[in-house]
Amino acid sequence: MSPKELNLNEVMRLDTPFSPEDVRGLHIGQRVVLNGIIYTARDAAHKRLVELLNAEEPLPFDMEGQVIYYVGPTPAKPGRVIGAAGPTSSYRMDAYAPLLMQYGLKGMIGKGTRSREVREAMRIYQAVYFAAIGGAGALMARSIISAEVIAYPELGPEAISRLEVKDMPLIVANDIYGKDLYESGQNSYAV
Amino acid sequence: MREIQIADVIRAVRELAISANTDLGQDVSEALEKALEMEESPIGKDILLRLIENCEIARAEKIPMCQDTGLAVVFVDVGQDVHVVGGSLKEAITEGVRQGYRDGYLRKSTCHPLTRVNMGDNTPPIIHFDVMPGDRFKLILVPKGGGSENMSRVTVLTPSAGMEGVRDYVVNRVKESGPNPCPPTIVGVGIGGTIELAALLAKKSLLRPLGSSNPEPELAKYEQQWLDDINRLGIGPGGLGGRITSLAVHINAVPCHIASIPVAVNLQCHAARHKEVEL
Repeated sequence: MSPKELNLNEVMRLDTPFSPEDVRGLHIGQRVVLNGIIYTARDAAHKRLVELLNAEEPLPFDMEGQVIYYVGPTPAKPGRVIGAAGPTSSYRMDAYAPLLMQYGLKGMIGKGTRSREVREAMRIYQAVYFAAIGGAGALMARSIISAEVIAYPELGPEAISRLEVKDMPLIVANDIYGKDLYESGQNSYAV
Repeated sequence: MREIQIADVIRAVRELAISANTDLGQDVSEALEKALEMEESPIGKDILLRLIENCEIARAEKIPMCQDTGLAVVFVDVGQDVHVVGGSLKEAITEGVRQGYRDGYLRKSTCHPLTRVNMGDNTPPIIHFDVMPGDRFKLILVPKGGGSENMSRVTVLTPSAGMEGVRDYVVNRVKESGPNPCPPTIVGVGIGGTIELAALLAKKSLLRPLGSSNPEPELAKYEQQWLDDINRLGIGPGGLGGRITSLAVHINAVPCHIASIPVAVNLQCHAARHKEVEL
């Protein structure tokens, strides 16, 4: 089955870092392919990033316009860039995400719904949230063309890596207009 | 008295850890194909197609289908006429997990519960022993991911709640979990016993092949009814809306105290991984 047969909308190409115009042009349900540099961070790394910001110390990377992928990949087999690399549940990062948006974060990639506070912060700080396919770790890894740990190697799978991605398939789940694809999608099919 | 060598246990557990994470069972693949036929949502169909493709990539390239290669839950069914020789059985299973997660390039996801420092080798595994007559020795390894485990719960209802109360608890658990446990899920339900037994029954129910019906007709009826109720929630594949929120409901039930109905819901993501071997 092709996207056309499935009656899906056209795929938009997006490059990182994001400009304010990029973010304004994204609406829920939009399928995108993401290109450029993104950073990995999950629970432990988020805790450290927020501690650095609260202590007014520099971050391991400049947050302005950047995109964070909530992922803890499996180790790369010899000859490979990365192992399986699908999204983890985003709600666990809800406590930290608004502060990162305040410091310039423009995009988040994960799976599952976000809290009211995060959705409100997305509206205020003009950031978007993309859903990747939960559990599709082998498939998602194909769009990652380089990976390098840049901070907290001692965290193992929770270290921060700089990833270069090519045509990473995503869908806009929350936009800056306060819309939520999880909510509207489920409402359409609830009986 | 049949003898089982420790070295064979280590080797078997190592192999199970790797194959469980890379080769999804045929019953689950078939359930995903069937879900694709039934799903009406275009996004839902797209997600199911990609999940099927994901499993094919994992099998062909021998890489994990999901980056969360789980905690290693190991069920050991051991006949009482079996003699394990050459060392500690628990240590052998732990060593097998250590080797499998290292050699299979699987993610190490165990950490200290207080400091959160990663244990580094995905040990300790969670081991459940069951002793039975005879001289069989069976190992089942279940890599259990955190996303679906985080959405699992156990409670104790009172007798007046009845099966209606159990149904509401199960369906609400799936509803409140929304997209987090990676739907389409399998809903494992344990009813009866005590709280820890209910949880174990729920987890064990996930080992039953998908597409099989419960041998107890009364439970088989509830499984179908509750699945229909769950699939009316609209959560759908990936939680982005659709008809197929769960692939199956599996119930295990045993007697309980006259004062209580312990109920456990153990959610399982679509990467419903488990492999077994008899030595």
